[in-house]
Amino acid sequence: MTAPVLQATNLTKRFGEFVAVNDVSFTIRPGEILGLLGPNGAGKTTTMHMLLGLITPTSGSIHVFGMDLATQRERILQQVNFSSTYISMPMALTVEENLWVVARLYGMTDIARRVDDVVKKLEMEEFRRKITRKLSSGQMTRLTLAKAFLTEPKILFLDEPTASLDPDIAHKIRTLLKEERRSAGLSILYTSHNMREMEEMSDRIIFLQRGRIVAEGTAQEIVARFGQADLEDVFLKLARESR
Amino acid sequence: MKFHRVSALVARHLYLYRRSLPRIMEIFYWPFLDLVIWGFITLYLAKYQPQVPGFVTFFLGALILWDMLFRSQQGITISFLEELWARNLMNLFASPLTPGEFLAATIAMSIFKVTCVSVVMGICAWLFYGYNVLVMGLWLLPFVFNLVITGWVIGVLTTSLIMRFGQEAEILAWSMVFLFQPISCVFYPLDVLPAWLQGIAWMNPAAHVFEGMRGVLSGGGSPVVHLAWAGGLNGALLIAMIALFYKTFAYCKREGSLVRVGE
Repeated sequence: MTAPVLQATNLTKRFGEFVAVNDVSFTIRPGEILGLLGPNGAGKTTTMHMLLGLITPTSGSIHVFGMDLATQRERILQQVNFSSTYISMPMALTVEENLWVVARLYGMTDIARRVDDVVKKLEMEEFRRKITRKLSSGQMTRLTLAKAFLTEPKILFLDEPTASLDPDIAHKIRTLLKEERRSAGLSILYTSHNMREMEEMSDRIIFLQRGRIVAEGTAQEIVARFGQADLEDVFLKLARESR
Repeated sequence: MKFHRVSALVARHLYLYRRSLPRIMEIFYWPFLDLVIWGFITLYLAKYQPQVPGFVTFFLGALILWDMLFRSQQGITISFLEELWARNLMNLFASPLTPGEFLAATIAMSIFKVTCVSVVMGICAWLFYGYNVLVMGLWLLPFVFNLVITGWVIGVLTTSLIMRFGQEAEILAWSMVFLFQPISCVFYPLDVLPAWLQGIAWMNPAAHVFEGMRGVLSGGGSPVVHLAWAGGLNGALLIAMIALFYKTFAYCKREGSLVRVGE
């Protein structure tokens, strides 16, 4: 069995008395798409922020490519990127300027070609010279995805990447992600509140509830385990239990 | 420290100046206005207070040097605020960028702003009031160098406080430096302060620079002792403030506030 590209071990995050993430352990294998599912406040975003080095865990460890995130942050983050519907990019810069800054930040070479490639891949030609402030929410989402793809990461964290996209673009993005996984061996940690999307995209799903993992397996295994008709019913059952 | 990451951040800030009138005004308009207003006040006072020698020289020299300190501080703090306003801190610190590289980029922006402001004020002072800032001779270089570093000290302190207490503390970006102004003795000598305040002012590097400047302009001798004090204090304070920045950064990551600081 191949070694995991990411290993989170006994990850816990407390904010005062509140336990946001409670003793969570999981792995991501090379080329795997791991879905992270759970109701609001389940600890998905906190987990993702810890994996990105933005929040220091209270206890537990994160190893990426066998390196400890606590001590090898720069080397790890060079090979990781993320995108979220909820993040922003500098609004006063054009789409192209933003991509150039990201490429420089990651020390990329041949930037013009890479920017062209990613702009073409995400069908951004018509707004590549537009000021970011003037983008629609769907265009903004494509820009944050472009900045994630631009650096050619080996692991991608995607927080509801298709939430504000129309069905056509969302479908194209999902196809692109699967293609990147197939051709470049990209590993992805994926969150979404669209259950059909989760079933379609994820090789494996981790279900978080009140900071704990309550289910883990393929979508079919989880549905079978909870005796529900589909993943949406499992989600509703667990989400209502946690309120 | 990787140069490409520092230069990426500097490029990101320079892109802003391409099409932002308010940001260009911040560099050119306010220093120009400061000089015009204070220049005329100085001329007026000089006319009615002829017994104070070199009034214009003291006052305009001090004003230009103070603006350098102010812009040096702003270069650091406003660069941080730009990231906060753009909600870009998460993108930056989820990349390989280190806190040290982030600070280095803000320092580079500070040097850029100080250079622009110095040129604008120097030329305007010469054109409008016939004042030559180079009258201080080569001493001008260590004076400016020390004031720029004092600006960094105040800038890094302010940035740490905003990072720690969030966007509601952003007013500090414009007000913090003025807390230091009374004890910097910009427009008056140190000995006019009450004795207890003189002790505090003595620990402020900027006060030594302005004391030294007055000494040079009045032909009162070498400012070496004051410059030594300023240099020593600046070195110690800059190290302390960088340590504070790293400590605050670690605190924000622990508390999860780094990802929420702009909200």
